[in-house]
Amino acid sequence: MIALLWTDVLVWLLVIMLALWGRLAMRDALVRARWQQVFASPLATISAIILITYLKLALLDSIHLRMDDGQLRSLLDLIFYHLLDASERTYSAPFATHEFVKSVVQQDGQVLQVHLPLRHVQPGMVWWDLLLAAALASLVVWLTRRGVPDFFKNGIFARSPRGVFWGTAWGVWFVLIALWLLSHHYHVFGTDKVGNDVLYQAIKSIRTGVLIGTLTTLLMLPLAIGLGVAAGYFKGWVDDIIQYLYTTLNSIPGVLLIAAAVLVMQGMLETHPDWFGSVAERADLRLLFLTLILGLTSWTGLCRLLRAETLKLSAVEYVTAARALGAGHGRILLRHIVPNLMHLVLISIVLDFSGLVLAEAVLTYVGVGVDPTMNSWGNMINAARLEMAREPMVWWTLAAAFVFMSLVVLAANLLSDRIQQVFNPRNA
Amino acid sequence: MLKYLIRRLLYAIPILIGVNLITFALFFMVNTPDDMARIHLGAKQTTPEMIAAWKQAHGYDKPLFFNGNAEGLDTLTDTLFFQQSVRLFTFDFGLSDSGRDIGADIQQRMWPSLALALPTFLLGLWVNITLALVAVLFRYSRVDKTALVAAVLLMSISGLFYIIGGQVLFSKVLHWVPISGYQPGADAWRFLILPVLIGVFAGLGAGLRWYRTLFLEEVNKDYVRTARAKGLSEWRTLSRHVLRNGLLPILTGVVVVIPTLFMGSLVMESFFGIPGLGSYTIEAIQGQDFAIVKAMVFLGAVLYIAGLILTDIAYAWADPRVRFK
Repeated sequence: MIALLWTDVLVWLLVIMLALWGRLAMRDALVRARWQQVFASPLATISAIILITYLKLALLDSIHLRMDDGQLRSLLDLIFYHLLDASERTYSAPFATHEFVKSVVQQDGQVLQVHLPLRHVQPGMVWWDLLLAAALASLVVWLTRRGVPDFFKNGIFARSPRGVFWGTAWGVWFVLIALWLLSHHYHVFGTDKVGNDVLYQAIKSIRTGVLIGTLTTLLMLPLAIGLGVAAGYFKGWVDDIIQYLYTTLNSIPGVLLIAAAVLVMQGMLETHPDWFGSVAERADLRLLFLTLILGLTSWTGLCRLLRAETLKLSAVEYVTAARALGAGHGRILLRHIVPNLMHLVLISIVLDFSGLVLAEAVLTYVGVGVDPTMNSWGNMINAARLEMAREPMVWWTLAAAFVFMSLVVLAANLLSDRIQQVFNPRNA
Repeated sequence: MLKYLIRRLLYAIPILIGVNLITFALFFMVNTPDDMARIHLGAKQTTPEMIAAWKQAHGYDKPLFFNGNAEGLDTLTDTLFFQQSVRLFTFDFGLSDSGRDIGADIQQRMWPSLALALPTFLLGLWVNITLALVAVLFRYSRVDKTALVAAVLLMSISGLFYIIGGQVLFSKVLHWVPISGYQPGADAWRFLILPVLIGVFAGLGAGLRWYRTLFLEEVNKDYVRTARAKGLSEWRTLSRHVLRNGLLPILTGVVVVIPTLFMGSLVMESFFGIPGLGSYTIEAIQGQDFAIVKAMVFLGAVLYIAGLILTDIAYAWADPRVRFK
């Protein structure tokens, strides 16, 4: 049985919208040339492939099924199902075969302190796994190249360096397959305090990070576009009111506004237990509200940008001509102004992404982020804080969060740099 | 100038009223005075009389925005919103939910916050500008490109990692400084040096890129060419001419931040156990103390607006071409 959560629906909606809009935009030869220029850079190509991989994992994690025991499991859970019941008793280091802390056991009437062996580890398979992963990755890439021979012809990757593209694709497949294979025999990133696999947590955190990074922008777009365009197009008192609105919102320190709104939201969730059936649904609802709150507090920047651009556009000749021909406000806005703002909107989606992923960690640390039961990099860092104080240190939770989080943020930063460089020649 | 200043100050009033309206709406529309009373009296055994008594004692028994029972101006002034707002405007923050005087707390905690934020800010500014100038000096060369790549890398790592990593390295492994805590007076530097350095380091990536772009825009202007033509060395051109002219855009970005330094840094202070306003706010958020959060929101807005006004003044002072109308 498929059971979609609220955020599932929204993220799929976002993907469909982006795909449709991408199709429409790509018809314009000029726009297509711009994007092809973006991906002519090897770094941008690599970044894009990494980002798409994260997005795909998040999407896989956004189709939920209700299992026979009533639990919600996503497709990604099913792929990593072996990790769900591969729990150990407590901490274990990456690739370890024994527990990290000593336990007291009685053996032949003697009391001993030993590191107990882990239950779900089969050592000695590393090289075979890596070799198999390399072979499988090569097979997948070879099949893709055969399957879509004219892949580079007209798409956005038309000008990206072939070697870099296929090399990165191979690398990504290799890492994914290798992690999956290795996770059958080892705890690749160790286990946490109660023995849960850290790799699984880090992978599950991808959805949280990606959703916060993308849904927030989706939810703020109607506000930013509506108010920004209205202010720039109608001017006068409409402009005054909208400017007053965003100056006021801007003058409240961001974190405090978010914190205040989240506190209110928590109160609301506590008083309405009928809104959700299970812990997972409650966490999901909280994630949805968090993105909504982040959206409500972050539309001002884009709004200001769109207002300025609309001011410029509404004085352009073709708009004047349309007005002279008797076109109404609605027609001018929809046909002539909004379509010409879309590139700014898309750039802001990519630009905001990395900031939002980073913000999740800080907000969760402050206590106004995602639900403590939800897998997220913020929650992992939070847990790692105490682990680092242990003697000897438990470093792998922090390491896993660091690797998974920094990679996606770095990719997003590099890509948005390149996009800005291409779309805004002044920065070159 | 004076007239302009007065007008700017007057313009701040509707914004502050707006800020109040937002916080007020956030807290009271959902979290009604009845709920607050119930939370404070404890969930068990609250009678309507006890709630009414608590509301009267704390001034929450008035209507929210509009008092139908009163006459004349009192219909607007004898309300919760007006009473609470007026108190905030006179910086009377009242008592926190746990019964402490918020105003006194803020005054006391302001100084540790400033002791952390001010050195971080000044040192950061100096380091960022110097490195940006060096990058511009070697612009488009290998040095510059390496610096840019390093900056993107630094930016892509969450500040939390810098903090945790710094604490582990310098406190836990090397034992150079205490891991957290604070002591007022001359000994404070031992507790402050690590957070200050981490703060500067965490801001390095974004700062370097920002100032580099600023200086690059200046570097191709005519006066720079003239300076070079008269035989000044490249470094002298940069430090004497480009830096000075670049100061103007730097001012706009920098002055607005200065007043908000009082607010401290949420994450830094709580990680290092510094009893400033940042950790005060975090404790309030985690303890769901609405009175404190409300006071801090208002204070933050006031300081931000003060920063905007200061920016305008600094602009006029630095650039005589700017005239106020």
